[in-house]
Amino acid sequence: MALDQSFVGRSYPPTDPYEVGREKIREFAEAVRDTNPAYVDPEAAKALGHSDVIAPPTFVFAITFKAAGQVIEDPQLGLDYSRVVHGDQKFAYSRPVRAGDRLTVTSTIEAIKSLAGNDILDIRGEVHDEAGEHVVTAYTKLVSRAAEGA
Amino acid sequence: MTTTIQYADVEIGTELPAQEFPVTRATLVQYAGASGDFNPIHWNEKFAVEVGLPDVIAHGMFTMAEAIRVVTDWVGDPAAVVEYGVRFTKPVIVPNDDKGATIEVSGKVAAKLDDGRVRVDLVATSAGQKVLGMSRAVVQLA
Repeated sequence: MALDQSFVGRSYPPTDPYEVGREKIREFAEAVRDTNPAYVDPEAAKALGHSDVIAPPTFVFAITFKAAGQVIEDPQLGLDYSRVVHGDQKFAYSRPVRAGDRLTVTSTIEAIKSLAGNDILDIRGEVHDEAGEHVVTAYTKLVSRAAEGA
Repeated sequence: MTTTIQYADVEIGTELPAQEFPVTRATLVQYAGASGDFNPIHWNEKFAVEVGLPDVIAHGMFTMAEAIRVVTDWVGDPAAVVEYGVRFTKPVIVPNDDKGATIEVSGKVAAKLDDGRVRVDLVATSAGQKVLGMSRAVVQLA
């Protein structure tokens, strides 16, 4: 069944702050086998003009996707998550995420479309730091595939 | 922001050094832990097959993280990436052997923008299939 269009434009309350730790960034960089010293060595990051180690460009997804859970699990929206695949992902940064950041995410449903029985959901996650400054916006497109025989 | 690449030194068509990134089941388990995405399609073959996949597949976000390294390794400072987007077109299938799969990534400057920015278009393939579509990064150069 097609999702309710009246949810387009709906924003969810900001998440509790997520505190970005140096060791979590290191763990992520190791997991993607990225040896850029700016991710693990504060001195190397400072040499590039950053106040502390910075996170790889896609690191913030773990935070924004968790926040998008508010939308995905909204019982009123009624998305069947077992049929959901990740369609597109985009990030637009004002600055990199860095160790010590306390980040909150505000999720908004940007669009709902129905194509060939598939529900397509666009979620925008605005990420701000403790000072209220914009850090990055994550645009996530989820596709809920049509159930067989539907 | 400090990049080793100068805006004046690149042209439309400038190619970035291509790279190959190996991915095994162990890589996926490690990425699941680091990213918090424990969807069993990324580590449990029985589950993956049951939901209609040919085998365990890599996290799309893992592939996205590898692809941008062609850009961040090129510019030196990862903060130079001011915009990055991809479409997940085909999964990276990761067999349960010690070889796993390989993600091949190339990139080239597709446009010179205002304020010292360039757009880099990336091509990511695995086993001869394009795995990312519309893979683009906007990069701030010195």
